[in-house]
Amino acid sequence: MAAASKARELGALNVVLLDEKEEPGGVLPQCIHPGFGLHYLKEDLTGPEFAIRLYERAGSLGVKAFNSTYAMELLAHKGRRAVRAITPGGITEFRSKTVIFATGARERNSFEIGIVGHRPAGVYTAGEAQTMMDLHGVMPGQGVVIIGSGDVGLIMARRLALQGADVKAVVEMLPYSGGLARNVQQCLFDFGIPLYLSYKATKILGKRRVKAVEIVKVGDRLEEKPGTEFEMKCDTVIVSAGLTPRVELLEKAGARIDPATRSAAVNELLETSIPRVFAAGNALTINDLVDYAAMQGEAAAKSAVGLTQSQRLSSDRWRPVVKGRNIGLVVPQYVSGRREVSFYGRVRQPEENVYLKVPEIEVEFRQLRVKPPEMLTFTITSKKFGKLKEGKITVTVEPRG
Amino acid sequence: MNQETGKLRMICIVCPLGCELEMETGREPKQIVNIKGSRCSKGKEYAAREAADPRRVLMAVVKVRDGNLPVVSVKTDEPIPKQMLLEAVRAISKIEMEAPVKAGDILIDNLLSTGARVVATNNVRKAD
Repeated sequence: MAAASKARELGALNVVLLDEKEEPGGVLPQCIHPGFGLHYLKEDLTGPEFAIRLYERAGSLGVKAFNSTYAMELLAHKGRRAVRAITPGGITEFRSKTVIFATGARERNSFEIGIVGHRPAGVYTAGEAQTMMDLHGVMPGQGVVIIGSGDVGLIMARRLALQGADVKAVVEMLPYSGGLARNVQQCLFDFGIPLYLSYKATKILGKRRVKAVEIVKVGDRLEEKPGTEFEMKCDTVIVSAGLTPRVELLEKAGARIDPATRSAAVNELLETSIPRVFAAGNALTINDLVDYAAMQGEAAAKSAVGLTQSQRLSSDRWRPVVKGRNIGLVVPQYVSGRREVSFYGRVRQPEENVYLKVPEIEVEFRQLRVKPPEMLTFTITSKKFGKLKEGKITVTVEPRG
Repeated sequence: MNQETGKLRMICIVCPLGCELEMETGREPKQIVNIKGSRCSKGKEYAAREAADPRRVLMAVVKVRDGNLPVVSVKTDEPIPKQMLLEAVRAISKIEMEAPVKAGDILIDNLLSTGARVVATNNVRKAD
């Protein structure tokens, strides 16, 4: 929605917004907690309020929304760009000059994190539990164990506790939470919910309905420590194992995929390896804040409109952005050195008192603390890029001194 | 939080940065002398408030009759005392609205005498 509105604002004549749901906004309507829009709208809104604002703005700017429309194929041969979609009226092909993928992410499930057992009732992803409670008013269960400490899991721990469920624990394999520190504080500590760090759920017990979860302590290399297994009784298991971008259509159309982001690799225009096809939001990289996703949408729209109006492909020479010490991922993956670029990244390991550096152009930012759940964001101006000669740039985290 | 040592530790929840705040408490109970670790003035305000009178904005859902969805999401328009959260959810769970409900509609005027209003945060249409 942010991309579509921005494209109209910048003078694009024809902007269509395809969305599989009855109303666009993805998971926003079920994210009933505040914390949306502080940067992008300078207001603290709940998810549904944020979605309504963007939807109304898109409508007033003349974006044509096609709801209940499921995109099934990206057609990108030579100069042709089109999306084939299932609409309420049948299969329709939407031909266009450019396509922006803002398809969001899907949740990783219990099979992806190696949990075995039968398939009893009472196992949900955090997002499924959220859909049940906050869109349909149904409680998933009364005695709950949450596996994984991603933000949605933490938020659901609080929602369940508020609604009177007994949230027995949040179990996290890593030695630190996968969610933001503020969510650990206000969703777990506020309600006295224990956070088991360096513990792993290995098995869900129960045949018809969940009866318990088997938990084991893990060591530094995540190896299971024999003899530390125990069972925690519960009737509901909620898996909060993070998100992965929904880019199957881009992949099928042949876009180059970066294994670090599990999404399409992009240049600073947020353009994928398929010219005039862009990616933004959680489809590009999993963001901490909806605000970053919306800003990426606007950036992609700006690039798309720019390329369409100039009627030619960008003639930039793309230099790779290399991941240096303690960098897990960085977006964009290619830069020209000619424009200002907003970077988004994540570290691999928590560290304190470090510098985030780009040595090739002598840029450094001091960071008090870096943690994998907290995204790094920084901007490099075109002036700073002036020092860039040939070849790559490296984003790296170095200890001070 | 550890009251006895004269030091309070908490994670700031004002924004997603998650500053680790450390406060020294004064001789008077709930008196905060020194706040460290916050990267902005809002964090300092939060820490002082949190020590004296912790409050939270509450979000929940309210039942809706004849709507395209069976519930509508709501929030309190101002933070309410933390120890009242569970009681407040129970009070909110008891009411039922008739569709349509629009974001911004006030569903409860003075929630448990806190002065806070319960406001709808989503639109629920009348079912077709």
